[in-house]
Amino acid sequence: MRDAEFFRNWMAAAAAVVEREADRLTELDSPIGDADHGSNLLRGFTAVRTALDAEGPAAPGAVLQLAGRTLISTVGGASGPLYGMLLRRTGKELGEAPEVSDEELREALDKGVGAVAQLGGAAPGDKTMLDALLPGVAALATSYRAAADAAQDGALATVPMQARKGRASYLGERSIGHQDPGATSSALLMGALADAAERVEGAR
Amino acid sequence: MTGGHGDGGTLPALVGVVLVSHSAPVAESVAELARGLAAGGPVAPVAAAGGTAAGGLGTSAERVVAAAREVDRGAGVALIADLGSSVLTVKALLLEDELPPDARLVDAPFVEGAVAALVAASAGAPLAQVAEAAAEAYAYRKV
Repeated sequence: MRDAEFFRNWMAAAAAVVEREADRLTELDSPIGDADHGSNLLRGFTAVRTALDAEGPAAPGAVLQLAGRTLISTVGGASGPLYGMLLRRTGKELGEAPEVSDEELREALDKGVGAVAQLGGAAPGDKTMLDALLPGVAALATSYRAAADAAQDGALATVPMQARKGRASYLGERSIGHQDPGATSSALLMGALADAAERVEGAR
Repeated sequence: MTGGHGDGGTLPALVGVVLVSHSAPVAESVAELARGLAAGGPVAPVAAAGGTAAGGLGTSAERVVAAAREVDRGAGVALIADLGSSVLTVKALLLEDELPPDARLVDAPFVEGAVAALVAASAGAPLAQVAEAAAEAYAYRKV
């Protein structure tokens, strides 16, 4: 079972990896975006860490809902509402239970990714976050590390795709040959989840 | 008609309009343009929600929520957004019930839609007609 601390660890790991990779995310966002993905997510996840420390939510669902709400209000770019909805919907699905099972988390994340698809209107292959999130969540049934690896593979697979959503879509064929920054940060988020799970394993 | 104001009087309240842009000057200028073109009688409340809280390009959820509350007179709020995060932020706020009841994202071109919405709202049109007027701006061909 996973308690609130597990989810706080996940968000802390996400904040740490975003901090480490912010420059690379912004670099990926330069040729096909507006070169702010790294700095936007850094601002968002730094605010998430502060909010979680200040409020200390006691249930897994509450942790993710607070994180999602904070991202919506602090990121400033399209990734704010998209990641915000991912975490908020997932948190709402988890409800108020003090502990949740891996199976419950998998089902909740599936709903969360559905909310991202609904909000952004993207489909698989459009060169978006979904191209990492969908294979990632599908591989959760195997293990958290398998999910992180599948999301990473999904992010790499966006390189030959032509963007069909967001600013990059205005570039048409010129968006081909670049890795999507949103898919890349989605893989980082799934990687942070695997890190949080392995930290629990290591402590046992 | 006496041309009375919607606030606190006996006439029905007017629909409010919120303009959400990546840029604060764009949102404010379009609000000013719409106010100017809607003038001639009482003008419905319109508020700009542009840029990030830090003054950069982007969308501030706080500014959107504050602007929607500012123009809400109880008759509904029409939100018009420019692109990308502006649209997604409004949609996310609506899905999360963080905007006033009867707030609606209107599918319209930013400048033309803002003018159409404010003219309709100032004439006392209900929210559905304000949204319709703004959406009709898409049908105006320039060539």
